[in-house]
Amino acid sequence: MTAASPQAALAQRFRAFLPDSSILVTETERRPYECDGLSVYRRLPLLVVLPEDINQVQRVLRICAELAVPVVARGAGTGLSGGALPLTDGVLLSLAKFNRILDIDPLNRTARVQPGVRNLAISEAVAEHGLYYAPDPSSQIACSIGGNVAENAGGVHCLKYGLTVHNIVQLGIVTMDGEQFTVGGTGLDAPGYDLLALMTGSEGLLGVIVEVVVKLLPVPDTAQVLLAAFDDVVPAGDAVGRIIGAGIIPAGLEMMDNPAIRAAEAFAHAGYPEDAAAILLCELDGSRAEVETDVMRVRKLLAQCGAREVRIARDADERALFWKGRKAAFPAMGRISPDYYCMDGTIPRHRLPEVLSGIETLSRDYGLPVANVFHAGDGNLHPLILFDANRPGELQRTEEMGGKILELCVAVGGSITGEHGVGMEKINQMCSQFSAAELTQMHAVKAAFDPAGLLNPGKAVPTLHRCAEFGAMHVHDGQLPFPELERF
Amino acid sequence: MQTQLPESLLDSPQGREADAILRRCVHCGFCNATCPTYQLLGEELDGPRGRIYLIKQLLEGEGDADTVRTHLDRCLTCRSCETTCPSGVKYSRLLDIGREQAERQGTRPWQQRVMRWGLRQLLPFPRRFALLLGLARVLRPLLPQSWATALPAVNKASVAGANIAVRHPRRVILLDGCVQSVAAPEINCAAARVLDHLGISVQRVTDGGCCGAVEQHLSAPQVAAQRMRRNIDAWWPLTEAGAEAIVSTASACGLQVKDYGHLLRDDPLYADKAQRISAQVKDIAELVADSPAPSSAGPRPRVAFHSPCTLQHGQRLGGVVEQILRDWGFELTPVADGHLCCGSAGAYSLLQPVLSDRLRADKLVALRRGSPQVIASANIGCLMHLRQGAESSLPVRHWVELLADCLPNK
Repeated sequence: MTAASPQAALAQRFRAFLPDSSILVTETERRPYECDGLSVYRRLPLLVVLPEDINQVQRVLRICAELAVPVVARGAGTGLSGGALPLTDGVLLSLAKFNRILDIDPLNRTARVQPGVRNLAISEAVAEHGLYYAPDPSSQIACSIGGNVAENAGGVHCLKYGLTVHNIVQLGIVTMDGEQFTVGGTGLDAPGYDLLALMTGSEGLLGVIVEVVVKLLPVPDTAQVLLAAFDDVVPAGDAVGRIIGAGIIPAGLEMMDNPAIRAAEAFAHAGYPEDAAAILLCELDGSRAEVETDVMRVRKLLAQCGAREVRIARDADERALFWKGRKAAFPAMGRISPDYYCMDGTIPRHRLPEVLSGIETLSRDYGLPVANVFHAGDGNLHPLILFDANRPGELQRTEEMGGKILELCVAVGGSITGEHGVGMEKINQMCSQFSAAELTQMHAVKAAFDPAGLLNPGKAVPTLHRCAEFGAMHVHDGQLPFPELERF
Repeated sequence: MQTQLPESLLDSPQGREADAILRRCVHCGFCNATCPTYQLLGEELDGPRGRIYLIKQLLEGEGDADTVRTHLDRCLTCRSCETTCPSGVKYSRLLDIGREQAERQGTRPWQQRVMRWGLRQLLPFPRRFALLLGLARVLRPLLPQSWATALPAVNKASVAGANIAVRHPRRVILLDGCVQSVAAPEINCAAARVLDHLGISVQRVTDGGCCGAVEQHLSAPQVAAQRMRRNIDAWWPLTEAGAEAIVSTASACGLQVKDYGHLLRDDPLYADKAQRISAQVKDIAELVADSPAPSSAGPRPRVAFHSPCTLQHGQRLGGVVEQILRDWGFELTPVADGHLCCGSAGAYSLLQPVLSDRLRADKLVALRRGSPQVIASANIGCLMHLRQGAESSLPVRHWVELLADCLPNK
């Protein structure tokens, strides 16, 4: 008897419970799954499976555990940190077929949904009850809730309403050995360790999310968006600090610089002033009286900071249009550059002007243009480095420059990721952010759930050896980071 | 997105166009969110982003053409993705190139080839289509249920208003089309009456024919080009003589003619003429929207409007018909997911019946939800497809017929 290839053997096992159309074997079919939203990182998966129910997920995982085949879970594939980047010797587990909303409970203000449900689809489905799901990543039209949980996704409205972790109450999880369990509950607190928070943002390293119960909020009585245009980026940055400092909590406070304004305007026709150096979008929501007062206060602050123009959205349609441009700003970059590389650092708000000028210097040094789009209110930056992957060497220069931007964020007291996750993209910068002891503890957490290390290995938390290798290239003050580790 | 098309391909205009389109795509996946087939199947290969990737593979000299073609076949060409795409990827252009390549490099099973050939021999030819339709009506009791219900009803009022005299200084050419002229001639009669009422006379062209969309989308672009040239020759004297526009009541045909300029751009004899013809094409909604609505408001039925993909995504005229209907005093019921295709999509309903039926079922649920008295649309394909699925108590009509009903002296 000849030994079948690992791929054929796996496919054979899966055929016992999955139709042929749900097991992608040929290279032509697997190729489109080789990357997620970060398309410069690509790896052809060994096999792609598309189960439709939890039982099938359990069986896939059991077989993979038995054969020691690593597994990467994938939702809508819109992630920007390579979190769903496949492994050449691993199975890519697509949860895109899990796209049903199972139950809406308007009284308890929760919805039970499958992981492949699109973020925006939740708000659309519960709109008739006057409710919505608050976290709104800019990709909310396409990204799925399972991925949102795995990356602890943020979004425009997180400034006031929190990240994904603050807006879910329960998760259904399947472990690598196929066991299904539930964390959290439908009440506000559950006894024992808060495993819900641990699972949220665990980037597919601890378990596969198969069900999510999200918290819903009532749609605010009134919402109003102000658009302020500035002739210089620095005062726009100052205005952000002034608004927050005045004790106002906007529902969203976003900033875009000129290249971003122009690209977004070309798509959305939102009426952005295309000659402005920067715009701020500030949403205020709540009761009518509260919003009216806040609009006046913010308007005054913006004028004091030197805004040359402040506009208020005329109606709900224009408000939606203002946000449409902002939310499409990343992909709209395709209009001005063949590729972009999105950073996701956070910084203390008051360091914004300084970091912006640091980014500008880096952009000049590397000869790569940068467009800035960010959640200014919570200090979460998204500098987009514009490059052309078809030009030899340009991707490497881009990555290097991106690394420098993140190190700058850490240096001013911030962090390397605000909401996109570490994934593959920022794995080296994790070594700057955390010490060996901290990373060791993170590995211990992973081992508690997945001792064989088969779930999304190599992402999110770097091995100490990787840090040693990476560190070897960055000698600070004549000291090698992690000197105790053997180099390869 | 990074591309590695071979130099040989980049030397051709087609290769360069494909490369430019591919490089605009940033792989964000927004398109999948509004793609009808991705929403049904949850499979990357059946959404625009995956199809773009498949086409890229094929153009880069990798990938199995038959596999690629299978997934490209499932695309409705509804272009909802183009409306959604923030980076402005011209997906349908790339799809045309991809389909042509897949067709050339792969081998389509003979049953499919026969079916597609048959449709190309039938649909664009009004007389053949009429003959077959007549025959089918006679044989209706013997036909399978699904075929029998698909047959358009015989229309008695069809010729009312067909020959209104050309009496206004404003004149337009009204396209008869192929399928519509046989299956629903009443639509253009209604259009002629509405336009006449608005002070615009209608001229018909007898020696034109199908706009070429059928062949264009059934992988026979050369035949389509012949038709386009013939139509241009037929319309040219009238536009030269002062017809202000070429008007279509079928949004798919209108879209195709609006594309003539692009499709014939490399034709040395016709490129300029095609440009000018394309610039003169209007969907009837564009004409009616420019004219004031009549003030007399009688009772009007409650309407659920289905905007055809060729109207809202292809011609980018979303919302125009809806506004006209409101201006004319109709109440519109809310329709969820209005951006999604009804599953008709030209010959798609015949070539991909399973997906097409699922899309229609979903669409009808959405349309019925606001309890309308009539469903209206703007393209013959959608009208026939929806009619086939809707119960007989809920009529499915062209919106211009609803307007004609409001006119005096019916």
